[in-house]
Amino acid sequence: MKSAPFTYHRPRSVPEALELKHELGGDARVLAGGQSLMPMMHFRLAQPAHLIDINGLDELAFVRRQDDRLTVGARTRHAELLEAADAKSSPLLTQAVAWVGHAQVRHRGTVVGSIAHADPSAEIPAALLALAGEVTAASTRSTRTIAAADLFDGPFTVSLADDEIITSVAVPVSAAGTGTAFVEFSRIFHGFPVVGVAALVQLDAGVVSRASIGLCGMAANAVTADVSGLVGLPPTAEAVEAAARAAVADLEPPADIHGSTKYRKRVCIALIRRALDEAVTNAGGIR
Amino acid sequence: MSQPSVRVSLTVNGVGYERDVDPRTALVDLLRDGLGLTGTHIGCEQGVCGACTVLVDGTSVLSCLMLAVQADGCEVATVEGLASGPELHPLQEAFWEKQGLQCGFCTPGMLMRAKEILASDPAPTAESVREAIAGNLCRCTGYQFIVESVLDAADRMAGSASESTTAPKS
Repeated sequence: MKSAPFTYHRPRSVPEALELKHELGGDARVLAGGQSLMPMMHFRLAQPAHLIDINGLDELAFVRRQDDRLTVGARTRHAELLEAADAKSSPLLTQAVAWVGHAQVRHRGTVVGSIAHADPSAEIPAALLALAGEVTAASTRSTRTIAAADLFDGPFTVSLADDEIITSVAVPVSAAGTGTAFVEFSRIFHGFPVVGVAALVQLDAGVVSRASIGLCGMAANAVTADVSGLVGLPPTAEAVEAAARAAVADLEPPADIHGSTKYRKRVCIALIRRALDEAVTNAGGIR
Repeated sequence: MSQPSVRVSLTVNGVGYERDVDPRTALVDLLRDGLGLTGTHIGCEQGVCGACTVLVDGTSVLSCLMLAVQADGCEVATVEGLASGPELHPLQEAFWEKQGLQCGFCTPGMLMRAKEILASDPAPTAESVREAIAGNLCRCTGYQFIVESVLDAADRMAGSASESTTAPKS
């Protein structure tokens, strides 16, 4: 089980990496932490002719808070985010990353890599959706931002052009009165979740003024689901339960060896309830 | 379809090596086949078993998911570097005495991860050890002995670190 042959590129700067991606296009894959791409290459599910290794691009290793945004560079590893003081300004990202893989995977894997890989079961895309974050996609032609809602486009697929590289991800800093939480169910400790839920709740004088969730394991890619029914209400157990049930009503998660469609929906309702409850608590809400 | 080989210079257990490798060579394959350091085991080659865990610049990584060319300029520590001469590392002594290895296949990865755990937390609890070795599978499922071995090693290392500054452990 070894990778198919490829040509290895180690750019020294972001412009050089973009030049390579421009030149090689879809024949080239970007190698960041390699915790998803390398297994796929070992299985030969991925056989890129070229690998562009961005591990040498220290300029992409950063966690930076600027005004009301938290930005994480494409070479920032999960473990680095977990230790970054600025990351506390938008805790949902950290709450999601804490579930990713195990220590050795978090030491090497990157936050942006997980987004670009777009595994339908992965935690970080769900958190990005709940936060209504965005990524920056750069090419030699342009630099543009892609909203999370426009990014995920089927299993392991993101809406990037062949010459683009995601250079960073940005999420809003938590506003006052906001609480977040990430919960998941997986068959083994720190394994891929069967279902995972990222939740954000904002309270204003004990009443929900904003609520959003992102789900993984519930569709062909990470998705949001509508919990706006909570807005304007105090977050009582009944209101949260009703919102959780409404949120999954239109979802038809694919059945697989880990759970049928019906099972996933039932698990999801319970997890949405728990995630919203925890988010309410973290927002300072009292029931 | 052979690819141009790439020169890699790295240090493994304090010894410098230079090799020309095919870019697709995983670090674990360079260690085993290129350098003859077969102590690091290959389990799953997909990042789920932890058997190939080594320390790169002091941090545990899965050497099956890292390319050898990515270790250029790095300091790698493998299980071969734990003992000093005939003197076993306290972790090795503890694993030996507490039956921490059964078939032994997961042991090199367990030892390297345990070394990292004890470096950051010299007095762990059984629970924290269990959580910390979650990425290292033992198919003999002898986790109880492995956890006891790591705790025993922590005791040994605390004892030998200093007689005067005792590190209390729960």
